[in-house]
Amino acid sequence: MIDRDMQAVGRDDYGNLPTALDDAQLRELARAIRVESVRMIHRARSSHLGSCLSMADIMAVLYGCIMRFRPADPTWADRDRLIVSKGHAAAATYATLAEAGFMPRKRLEEFGRDSSVFAGHVTHGVPGVEVSTGSLGHGLPIATGMALAARRSRAAWRVFAVLSDGELDEGSNWEAFMFAAHHGLDNLTAVIDYNGIQSLDTVEKTLRLEPLRAKLESFGWRVLDVDGHDVRALRQALDRATASTGRPTAVIARTIKGKGVRFMEGKVLWHYRPPDDAEMAAAVDELGAGE
Amino acid sequence: MRSAFIQTLEALADEDSRVCLIVGDLGYSVIERFAEAHPDQFVNAGVAEQNMIGLATGMALSGRIVFTYSIGNFATLRCLEQIRNDVCYHQANVKVVAVGGGLAYGSLGASHHATEDLAILRALPELTVVAPGDPVEARLATRALAEASGPAYLRLGKAGERVVHDDEPSFRIGKAITVRDGGDITLISTGSALPLTVDLAAHLARHGTSARVLSMHTISPLDKQAVIDAAVGTRLIVSLEEHSVVGGLGSAVAEVLAELPEPRARLRRIGLAHVFNRTVGSHEYLRSQHGFNLETVSEITDKLVEELNGVAR
Ligand SMILES: Cc1ncc(C[n+]2csc(CCOP(=O)(O)OP(=O)(O)O)c2C)c(N)n1
Ligand SMILES: [Mg+2]
Repeated sequence: MIDRDMQAVGRDDYGNLPTALDDAQLRELARAIRVESVRMIHRARSSHLGSCLSMADIMAVLYGCIMRFRPADPTWADRDRLIVSKGHAAAATYATLAEAGFMPRKRLEEFGRDSSVFAGHVTHGVPGVEVSTGSLGHGLPIATGMALAARRSRAAWRVFAVLSDGELDEGSNWEAFMFAAHHGLDNLTAVIDYNGIQSLDTVEKTLRLEPLRAKLESFGWRVLDVDGHDVRALRQALDRATASTGRPTAVIARTIKGKGVRFMEGKVLWHYRPPDDAEMAAAVDELGAGE
Repeated sequence: MRSAFIQTLEALADEDSRVCLIVGDLGYSVIERFAEAHPDQFVNAGVAEQNMIGLATGMALSGRIVFTYSIGNFATLRCLEQIRNDVCYHQANVKVVAVGGGLAYGSLGASHHATEDLAILRALPELTVVAPGDPVEARLATRALAEASGPAYLRLGKAGERVVHDDEPSFRIGKAITVRDGGDITLISTGSALPLTVDLAAHLARHGTSARVLSMHTISPLDKQAVIDAAVGTRLIVSLEEHSVVGGLGSAVAEVLAELPEPRARLRRIGLAHVFNRTVGSHEYLRSQHGFNLETVSEITDKLVEELNGVAR
């Protein structure tokens, strides 16, 4: 359905989306990413469904109306770069890239199969993936290096990194926060999927992040705080982020782990459990199967 | 191995309040009972492995016996310098525990394949490196490491490994276990290669070759005497490890053999190819991609045995 909608608005010669999707189309894209994530993780009997559902809207907005890219030319020199640092949310990442036109949706069936390039953590080799992640705390430093390179070569492309909240426990992120601000990398945007849950418990009970906004501001970043499931709010924030002057921007996206499937929302269990047949059916039903 | 480890650690923590567990935001459905029963001996360091090892060192230098727990490379490579400078150099009583050694997290991708850890950690001075071969060895190793003061790395598999030892073997750190005696050739195994190794020995026996099987659970310090005995007493040594062929058990054995006078047994290293897995799949699938299954390793050893017998004739 997404594919057809996108064709209806017409792609350019590169298969790129011509103009930003509107709010309804963004919501539809996010829904498709969620449904595909549920199906992939069910089929592969793998983990991290809650993490995927949490970031679906962020991914939809980035690919649906913020980033510049050419699906038929994934290494187009002027493309915006996205690093998915929470690499365990691989299903949602691959689903997004398929929906964005980097590969046929059918290829997502390779996820979890033997001899597949679709590893359970985001892996380069999958069309559209910039860098492999999976060990937390690696994405923002790499994104910062890319932003520095773009700055030094006076290139107009921009860099986005999607981080998770538990991931911010890693000191490497704070080293990058400090560096990016010091160098005034306003072509860098970090989106933090702030769902309040990590591997064993809540963020609050594991390592408190609050006051996160003040922390980031004190590191020299501009901070925008939004509802991470409101596509309009996300779009406005990311639009503002990319118009930044002199400072990198962090978008704190307030999310719910497992968002969209009520029995998964806010539960650590769905960081691990793949849905069984009945749970998959119920989840897809609740999300709405689309056409 | 995971359950054997945590159950043993729970018992140790009951017996000795100095025994502590620090996890790096991992261990769901594994560590809960420990955490509830011993709240003062448990802490979750969060997703922050470098800090975790620093904390462990600080606690160890304050009289605790500290086990750190994470998976794959997060437990080791992510915090390697902390392990070297803080733990090893200070001889701090920290036991670094990793689950998912080798390719156990097959489909999760290269970030989760722990295939160089033995090589890297074996290079650190004063670090005892142990890779148990089955759940029985995992239990015995956990207890032995808690009782021996000083830095250690314990490399575990994941869950559901086959039990090889029907009877409890005598277990000493740094001393190989002779799982099966034999006079023609010697198979030396470490970690999760043990079930494959005993299967290989059974295959060889069916074809008239008597193979000694050593479980070299301790990679550092290596049981050199066991290697020397094998080199002198048998004509071929085959090392088996679910780890890169570069730098691990095979290399450790080669270092001993290379300095022995002739005549001595020749060596064949069997392990994982020195590459990243750019396609993934199940644990079984990935092992077979590396030729790390009975079919391929028995072909290799059959050929070597044939060559040996040819030379003898
Ligand atoms: C360096 C490192 N340590 C540990 C892990 C294991 N791990 C995977 S996901 C995760 C935390 C999940 O919580 P969060 O970062 O908040 O991500 P979410 O799924 O909630 O978006 C952990 C500890 C890892 N991938 N990398
Ligand atoms: Mg989280």
